[in-house]
Amino acid sequence: MEKAIPDKRKKKLSKDQLTAMAFLLPSIIFVIVFVYGFISWTGYISLSNYNTIVPDYSFAGLKNYLYLFNDFRFQADLRNTLFFTILFIGAVILLGLALSILLDQKLKGESIFRNIFLFPMALSFIVTGVVWQWLLHPSTGFNKFLNLFGIQPKWYTDTTILAGFKWGSIEFGLPVAIIAVVIAAVWQMTGFSLAMYLAGLRGIGDELREAARMDGATEFQVYMKIILPQLMPITMSVVIIMAHISLKIFDLIYAMTGSGANFVTDVPGLYMFETTFRGNYYANGAAIAIIMLLLVAVFIVPYLWSSRKGEN
Amino acid sequence: MKKFFGLFVLLALALVVSACTSDEKPDTTSDSGSTDKPKDTSSDKGGESAVEIFSWWTGAGEEDGLLALISLFNELHPEIKVENAAVAGGAGTNAKAVLATRMQGNDPPSTFQVHGGEELNKSWVAADKMAPLNDLYEANGWMDKFPDALIEMVSNGDNIYSVPVNVHRGNVIFYNMEVFKEHGIEVPTTVDEFFAVADKLQAAGVVPLSLGDKESWEATQIFENVLAAELGRDDYLKLFAGEIDFTDARVVAAAEKFGKILDYVNEDHASRNWQDSAQLVAEGKAAMINMGDWAKGYFVNDLKLVTNEDFGYFAFPGTVGDFAVITDTFGLPKGIDDIEATKQFLTVLGSVEGQDAFNPLKGSIPARIDADPSKYDDYGKDTIEDFKTAKLFPSLAHGSAASEGFVTKANQAVNIFVTQRDVQNFVDALQNAAPDM
Repeated sequence: MEKAIPDKRKKKLSKDQLTAMAFLLPSIIFVIVFVYGFISWTGYISLSNYNTIVPDYSFAGLKNYLYLFNDFRFQADLRNTLFFTILFIGAVILLGLALSILLDQKLKGESIFRNIFLFPMALSFIVTGVVWQWLLHPSTGFNKFLNLFGIQPKWYTDTTILAGFKWGSIEFGLPVAIIAVVIAAVWQMTGFSLAMYLAGLRGIGDELREAARMDGATEFQVYMKIILPQLMPITMSVVIIMAHISLKIFDLIYAMTGSGANFVTDVPGLYMFETTFRGNYYANGAAIAIIMLLLVAVFIVPYLWSSRKGEN
Repeated sequence: MKKFFGLFVLLALALVVSACTSDEKPDTTSDSGSTDKPKDTSSDKGGESAVEIFSWWTGAGEEDGLLALISLFNELHPEIKVENAAVAGGAGTNAKAVLATRMQGNDPPSTFQVHGGEELNKSWVAADKMAPLNDLYEANGWMDKFPDALIEMVSNGDNIYSVPVNVHRGNVIFYNMEVFKEHGIEVPTTVDEFFAVADKLQAAGVVPLSLGDKESWEATQIFENVLAAELGRDDYLKLFAGEIDFTDARVVAAAEKFGKILDYVNEDHASRNWQDSAQLVAEGKAAMINMGDWAKGYFVNDLKLVTNEDFGYFAFPGTVGDFAVITDTFGLPKGIDDIEATKQFLTVLGSVEGQDAFNPLKGSIPARIDADPSKYDDYGKDTIEDFKTAKLFPSLAHGSAASEGFVTKANQAVNIFVTQRDVQNFVDALQNAAPDM
């Protein structure tokens, strides 16, 4: 038995490493069963006919997926997710970067500002959703204030699609109502990208900037040519983290707008919840969940791949 | 080395297995059915029994009603322990998800709240999870104490599966009396009269009908009432029995009228829920609202309005003499421990005392026709009177007329229709969903 183990490996596994592995093993098994096992189970359900409360595991092929792609609501969900993701990530990066550059100017009371911007991150999305729902509600908050001046903003009840064109059965374009939700999400998450960028900026040595200035670079050029390229890895991390938040978003929209008129603020997460837990369409719900997983994988997998390469 | 590895694998597996099986049964009820514990000698039927009541009654009036019911039960049956397993969350969404998990995991509560009609029949009865209650009805002589149409809603074939505790009416319009008086408006009794009234109000700058369809059921509720008005009660029943198609000319006409009604609602309906829209009526910004009678509870208890002084009510135009029933019922799931204790609870639930303890607080009317009207307010008395004579029809928006699946798809179709107003699309969507009814 002992002979069968190659010499090299025997050397590699010290007692400490073995202990570490042994302690990791239970959690690995838990993850295999409760994460990957359940993902596979969801995938299995999504291919079945389990669309009532009575379990029916007979094989349905891709029926549930085909149903979704022909479904007006799911098409609207994909459109909304696309625009939500673009606007949300764009705004979080730009705002976070701008604020972090301002904060990096060694101003007095920096920690106070930092706390102000970081604070919204301490809240959960469901709280943010409720707060913004109040703010944008027609009979309370900000809208009531605007009413005093005779302005009646429509905010998230707006069903207009900007720059829209007919694509299949839905109007493809930016739903105006999404902007209200994006504002709330950005309000919540900008602090995170601010913190990331600030850490990044602090990591760039002063010598580098000084050297560039000595060479006659303007302050603008210093940022464009020296600092921003150095911040690329951070931007990558922010994009990955924000992308998976926005593709899976549920609580914020559930609390704030719901599906919205004509499903202008509906997202796959909401649809999954209603399909599964209200309609008892378990197979359809599982199919939505699997599609959400694949969407996230599109972002995460290349990232994991590249970081693995980097390790080697 | 390998030995160690094997040991750890075993250990880890044991952990997983123990985690998987740890949901066997919470300890709190472990002494309920066991006979090998002689410590409790005072009780008469061999050990303490318990009943777990599962509902989504956690809101203001409804929780009071439930607690009153439980304390009445405690008084009558001090030997039975009551466990209130209410799950909070709008219209029972969360509770229903929890219930589905428990039922499918073979861990049913002793009894649970479920709307009479297809929510009961197409889900739990179809899944063979419910025990019939015919013997309980016979033992208590309930067969002629509940209206036949109501018993039919909680029955499947010859078997009765639950006990209704209350009735809400879905086809009511509440209106601001001052607004009506100011503009000299008479209560409309047909859909056409409603349109005339609405035109008059709109011309005067008042929103005729308040709507808050942040969740679609509020709009679906209007549609079901227009359907009942257009088809009449009997054909409405046939429609949901699958004997009439949704492409039928009268359904199309109902959809058109529904679209026309939507022209009279407040512009910001999509950002309001039903309470927010009821507020518009209370403030006089809107004249009417179609809402179940829980709106009366909201007006009286929360907004401190006076019935028949500040606000009045009438049957949805075209459905005078009909009664859209939303009924909360409790059944007996299969595979529970304390069948006898649960039956005792259901007996109290179905009794006059039980119904009169619960309903005045909840704001609904009793499901029994022989309850004591003097315990109810003016609105309750009127509705109890109507309930005795009206023709009952099950509500679609509240899961009585069709399965939860169809309701979900119908809500979806309504949401799209409210914006797009494409009648053909709308009836097609309903017809496509019809096999799921």
